[in-house]
Parts: sequence; C-alpha cells; structure tokens
Amino acid sequence: MKLRSRIAAPVAAFVLAGLTATACAPQTAANDASKDEKSGTLRVWLFQEVNNDPKKKVVDQAIAAFTQQHGDAEVEVEYIPVETRAQRIKAAFNDPKSAPDLIEYGNTDTAGYVKDGGLADISKEFGDWAEAKDTDPTATRSVTVGGKVYGAPFFVGVRALYYRTDVFTELGLQPPKTQAELVSTAKRIRQAKPELYGIAVGGAYTYGAMPFIWANGGELAEESGGTYTSAIDSAAARKGIETYTSLFGDDNCPAAKCAAMGGNATVTAFASGTAAMAIGGDFSHQAVEAGAVKGKYAVVPLPGVKEGEIAPAFAGGNNIGVLKSSTHRTLAVDLMKRFAGKDAQRGLFDAMGFLPTYTDVRAEVAKKDPFVEPFVRTLAAGTKFVPASSGWGQIDASTVLPTMFQEIVSGKKDVAAASGDAAKKMNTAFSDAG
Amino acid sequence: MKHEATAALPKAVPEKTAPATAPAPVPPPVTPPERASGGRHGSRWTPWLYLAPALVVLAALLVYPIYQLGLISFLEYTQAQVSGGEPTTFKGLGNYRTLFSDSQFWEVLLATVVFAAACVVTTLGVGCALAVLLTRVRALPRLALMLAALGAWATPAVTGSTVWVFLFDPDHGPVNRMLGLGDFSWTYGRHSAFALVLFEVVWCSFPFVMVTVYAGIKAIPSEVLEAASLDGASQWRTWRSVIAPMLRPILIVVTIQSIIWDFKVFTQIYVMTAGGGIAGQNLVLNVYAYQKAFASSQYSLGSAIGIVMLLILLTVTLVYLRLMRRQGEEL
Repeated sequence: MKLRSRIAAPVAAFVLAGLTATACAPQTAANDASKDEKSGTLRVWLFQEVNNDPKKKVVDQAIAAFTQQHGDAEVEVEYIPVETRAQRIKAAFNDPKSAPDLIEYGNTDTAGYVKDGGLADISKEFGDWAEAKDTDPTATRSVTVGGKVYGAPFFVGVRALYYRTDVFTELGLQPPKTQAELVSTAKRIRQAKPELYGIAVGGAYTYGAMPFIWANGGELAEESGGTYTSAIDSAAARKGIETYTSLFGDDNCPAAKCAAMGGNATVTAFASGTAAMAIGGDFSHQAVEAGAVKGKYAVVPLPGVKEGEIAPAFAGGNNIGVLKSSTHRTLAVDLMKRFAGKDAQRGLFDAMGFLPTYTDVRAEVAKKDPFVEPFVRTLAAGTKFVPASSGWGQIDASTVLPTMFQEIVSGKKDVAAASGDAAKKMNTAFSDAG
Repeated sequence: MKHEATAALPKAVPEKTAPATAPAPVPPPVTPPERASGGRHGSRWTPWLYLAPALVVLAALLVYPIYQLGLISFLEYTQAQVSGGEPTTFKGLGNYRTLFSDSQFWEVLLATVVFAAACVVTTLGVGCALAVLLTRVRALPRLALMLAALGAWATPAVTGSTVWVFLFDPDHGPVNRMLGLGDFSWTYGRHSAFALVLFEVVWCSFPFVMVTVYAGIKAIPSEVLEAASLDGASQWRTWRSVIAPMLRPILIVVTIQSIIWDFKVFTQIYVMTAGGGIAGQNLVLNVYAYQKAFASSQYSLGSAIGIVMLLILLTVTLVYLRLMRRQGEEL
C-alpha cells in the first residue's frame, strides 16, 4: 500500500473526530438557580462522623422543628464520608441537578468554594438573624469572603496541648508555660525515656505548626486591598518555624519518622502511648479516650512565647452553606438556621463534644464539661484563621507548608531558603486567585 | 457505500458491452484506464472499510480523549471554570509556559526518566534471567516459580504497594528486623525511597517479561540450541548469540511496554511515598500531574503535563522502533 494513502486515512479519521468533537468543548455547569420554590424536598449533605448516631439525633430534632414550621417541605439528609468530600462537593458544583441544597463544609474551603461559584451569598439573611449576633468573630470570619457571608458556622475546632500526667509525675515535670520550656521539657522526657517522643510533631501537621508562627508575631499572609501577600518568610514567622522544626531530631521526634507525619499520626502516637505530649484538638478527645492512655492524660492550652501567654490557635471547624444552585433558597436558609442555631449547637456539644460557635453558648457548656475548659480558654485568648483567599485552597492542596517544614527538618534547606521558596509559591497562588 | 457502488458499475458495464458492439480498436484506450482506476479505487478503500468499525471505536476511545486533553491544555480550566464560577478562557501556550518555567517540573522529569530507566533495565534483567532459569529447572520448581510470579502479577498495585510498605516499615517491618537495620526509615531518604519503589515495581512487572520471554524461548527450535551446546557455547554465549537475536521481536515489545509502564508509574509512588515523598522528593511526572490536576484542581495545567508525557512516550517509542528497523528487523 502506498505511503500516501497509509497516512491519509488516519489523518482523515483524526480530522473527522476533531470536527465532531469541536462541538463539545470542556463542560461548564450553570450554577445560578432561577427558582425559589416554597415546597418540595430539600437535600442536605452532612459529614459522616466516626460515631454518627448522636449527630444524627440532633440533626433529626432540628429537622422535626423545621418541618413543623414548613408543613409542605421535606428534608432528605445524606451523610457523606469525610475522606471523599472534596470530590463529592466538586461533583455537586459540576452537576447542579444532582446537587444538594445545603452542605456542611470545612471552614478552610470557604474561599475556594465561593470562587468556584458553588455557595450562595446569604449576607442579608445572616445579618437579620438574631442569634448570629453572638457568633464568635473568628467564626464569622470563616464564613466571610470579600465582605460577604457564605454560610453559618456550625461548630469550631481548636487545638491544645495534650500531655501524659503519669510521665510528668514520674519525672517531676510541670506542664510547660512557655514555648522554650515546651522544647526543653520534650527533650528531657526523650532523654529520660528514649522509647517516647517528648512531643509528637509532624512535618505535614500544618495546623499544629501555625500556633508557633503566630505566637512569635508572624503571619501566614498579609492582606491589603483584598489581595494577599505571603508573610511566611518574615523574621517573626521564621522564628516560629525555627522553634517548631527544632522539635524534629533524635532528641525529641526523629525526622526520619516524624517528617512525614500529619495531625492524625501525631494524635495516634499520643493515644497509643508512644508520645508524652501532642498537639490535639477538642475533636481528638474520642480518639485519645479510645487509646492506651485513657485516664493518664490532661490538656492545657499551648503556651505562647512569654509566660502566661497562650499561642493563638487555628480556628478550625465546619460551616453550613446554601448552594447557589438551590431551587429552594428561602427554605434552605431557614433550615441552615435550624442546624447552626443555638439549640442545635447545644445539642451537638452534648452529643459529639463539638464546640459551639456562639460565645455565650460556649461559656455555658464549658461549665458543664471541664474537659473543654482549656480549649475554651484557648478560643477566648484569640484565634487565627487562614487567609480568606481562594488561593489558600490551592496552597493547602499543593502542600506548600508541609513541603517547607519537611525541607527544613530533613536538612534539605535552611529556614530562610525554605520559607523564601514557600512565600514565592504562596504569592503565585494568591495572584492566580486574583 | 455509495462510493463503492459507483466505482463498481463502470467496471461491469464496459466488459459486457465491449465485445458486443464492435471489435474496433477505438474503445479500448478509453475503457482500460477507467477499469484500471476503478479497480485500484476499490482495493484502496476496501481495507479501510473493513477497518472502519475498529477505527471508529479507537477514535472514540483514544482520539477523542486525547483531543480533549489537548484542548483543555490550551485553556484556563480550573474548578471555578468547571462549576461555572468563572468563564473558561483561552490561554494559548500559557499553561506550557508555566510548566516549562517551573524548575520543579524539570527536576521531576529528570527523576522520572532516571527512575523509569532503572526500572526498565532491572525488570528486563530479572525477567529474562528468570525466564532462562525456568527453562533449566525441573517441573516442580518451575511450577513454584511460575505460581509465585503469577501471584505477584495478579496482585493489585495498591495492595502490593501497601504490603511492601508494611514489609519495610521501620517499626514493625520484618525486612528491617531480618537485615538488622534497626528503625531505618526507607521512605525518608530520597534514594532509599526510590529504591524501595523500584523493588516493588520490578516485583510486580517482571512476571510479564518472564512469561513472555519464556514462551519465546520455548518456541525456539531445540536443534538450534542443541547445535550451540555441541559447539561448546556457554550459557551466556548461547543467550547472547542465539536466543536473544531470535527473541528480538519479543524483546522489543516487552521493552516498549516496560518503558511505557515504568514512565507512567503512579500507584506505587503515590501509595508508598504518601503522594510524592518528604517535601516532594519522590515525585514522578504522573503523580506530579495528578497533584496539579486533581489535588489542586488545575485541570488545564495537568492536561499540559499529560500532553508533554504523551509526546515524550511517542518519541521514545518511535525512535526505538526506528532503531530496531534500521537493524533490519521488521515487526
């Protein structure tokens, strides 16, 4: 067969395929709802917890109160697994027809979801909502992007210092009151008990590392006129990074093992009894209780640089938001208020131990349960939040900060070089986000 | 179909009419070219007609996705565009520019090439050596080796990787205990982590090489091998001068397959080094593309990486085939 025809036919096939294909450019979903129906079925996605039944009870109560008020509305709740939430929620934004009306989402995702065009602006409803006045300002900030509100805070999560009371008594130690003391205490424990990590730290545990940066007066990024610039390489931030990374090494937490660890791995190490201290959240309570250290630990706020100071913690937690594609906007906002209202949050604390986002409700529950006292104190001392830019989602997803910590603790780069590179990557992400 | 019918008609008609009208020598110069062209026409398109069903399926399954991949790589296409938060815009070569100016891309590309080359060489070495071994041992050990190899082959990549990570675990792994390595962490150092992944890749891909080459050796006439051994050829000499040349077509296929597989390694790196290792030291192109495209939703940049990989693999394959053909081997 001749070469010409040998080439011509496949080329023709390609061109033909190309022609039929040009009709289908990559798809783009239309997320703007045109209707606001006052009856029908509302679909809700909430996160599936490890022990979900207590949460379900609280949610069912809130729904019962809601359907009593709106007789012709029905609510369908689906509990989605936390590990695959990113794909599920992306898919919901891509296909508004099968998307829910209301979702629970991690508060660091707010800005990203807003940029994706997935969440509805509910500034007006939130402003008119009486209960919202008592919301903790950091929690409000976690639903706010560019001055507009995109959801209601559902609960807050905050981290503090777990320590082993038996080990501390045995070695005659006191819980550390400053960060310098924290480092020296950790190293003393490791020296006395080489089978334990003094404090379990992780190279990929960004939220455990941030308080060190903030306590030294550093910031992740600074905002001016709606755009963010990285501040991770500032002198103050570097000091915090130095303190945190000094905890990696054979004298506390060997880099070969700890560089790869994330938050869960450090809490697991503490719960299984291989660490004398760890930075864990109020939400880690169940995991630690289920471990070998049950009854042998206590919690204090993570100390700041000077005695008496508390290191500013990262205000984690989840929000409830209405999807922009919802065809039942008014009903969905009402249901959101039921879920994130004071009654539901009180119930959620009793059932799951999730900290309320309202300052008054939080103070009220702290009296009931002494375990949450150090966490509430940490919250009261002031918390910080990640930059409210969609660039943060990308910085988080492309593991910019874990890479920085890992480069330092594995000795690939020094603090100045690693934080400089991280700042460059962050700035690219911020400028891409616009 | 229509084309076929019209092409066939002129051929049939003149044949019947020509002898009936006149024996004059005038018509023939007119009809034969037509007949000839009609005949050639038919034979030129007939093979394609038969190939059409397969080509349509191929076009739908291969060409269209590649076309989409290429198209997306020229757009600004992130999660915001997919879900309609922002309009899709044409970026031209912007994604490629971003990619080529990223020093990490070049590091990852170099690591991928070196790692894939090491994997291919080791896999082929181990696979061929064991194939020869298979021909030399008795039935029972051969069966055992075959079963072991097939077991490795049949193990899903995720399972295999997880088991290997566990075997080499610094705290609980039996390998460190047996070798007396204490709590040496294989995944901490860049080279040891790549070595660990290489072992796993070789383990799960040598069976294909072994079985294929073994089948090839079995197909070599025993007289040839007998003649070689009568001439006093050593084991190595027999392999190099007799078996390998006769196996060349098989070795070519196996090598290209291995290159493509090992260049595209994903699961092993993703699972064993937790998504690219400490500070991304163990990233290979495929994992890098995944991190860009899916983890951080930069679909267009991920597509650009995909296109670059496609071009590299196509080039490697074509150059390799060309080299082989120049040595007088038709596949």
